Amino acid sequence: MVSTSFTPIASLVGGAMIGVSAVLLMWATGRIAGVSGIAARLFPPYEDREFAGRLAFVAGLIAAPVLVRLIVGSLPAQTIAAGPAVLIVGGLLTGFGSVWGSGCTSGHGVCGLSRLSVRSLVATMTFMATGMATVFLMRHWS
Amino acid sequence: MAILVQFAIGLVFGLGLIVSGMSDPAKVLNFLDIGGIPAGTWDASLAFVMAGAVTVTFVGFNRVLKLARPFFAERFYLPTRNDIDPRIIAGPAIFGVGWGLAGFCPGPALTALGFGSASAFIFVSAMCAGMMLARFIAHLPSLTRYVTPVDPLET
Repeated sequence: MVSTSFTPIASLVGGAMIGVSAVLLMWATGRIAGVSGIAARLFPPYEDREFAGRLAFVAGLIAAPVLVRLIVGSLPAQTIAAGPAVLIVGGLLTGFGSVWGSGCTSGHGVCGLSRLSVRSLVATMTFMATGMATVFLMRHWS
Repeated sequence: MAILVQFAIGLVFGLGLIVSGMSDPAKVLNFLDIGGIPAGTWDASLAFVMAGAVTVTFVGFNRVLKLARPFFAERFYLPTRNDIDPRIIAGPAIFGVGWGLAGFCPGPALTALGFGSASAFIFVSAMCAGMMLARFIAHLPSLTRYVTPVDPLET
């Protein structure tokens, strides 16, 4: 386990930037900034003509660290402790569950809670609970 | 133009993930680790990410949704359901397990691709497969014998 330091200010500022992005996307396209929904709709079946915009949004997500490296010269720490097997299982469950439940941390956790959606509140409490339970079992069950 | 704007909006989102620390799975896992509270290893930062994001979005949505229409679209697309069906519990429950296993949710996983990490590439590949599977199952022809007509005049 890698210990990390408590960063309330940076996290609050970064969170506010995520909020600004969500508000801008609603202003520009009238759509919820839900990353799982945006990413999943890059694959067929296609129900609308928003493909290029979604691809551009995802490209922006991926370009962010590239830009930071260009400007600052380095990137903040990123520790991925999980091995390939855990990454594959975790990725499958994350992809399937977020689409099956109509959203992830951004769609339900940020946009849904901001709209006072009951479904998003239930979804957010549920993934927080199973996420915490999973980490608890992985780290403290022996 | 609209495409460029959406790229910029995605960029701001990704920068927010990096600044907030959410792009580091170790930080996310240390937040989810409530068993680390007594040991002093719990990292409460993620709660501040959520607080910052929800506050700005709550205020911003209230203002934006008063506009006649979005800048590049005809209308706002907002989910209106408020029923609690099995899927709104099962989906997030499954997602949470995946999140707790690797420390990645979809946004930070995609941003991690830009860090150039092979682990992120493995995770995102599996995540996309999971997303396609969920959409495939959801689009299978319905097995129920009764369906609601699509035309509102039929109901």
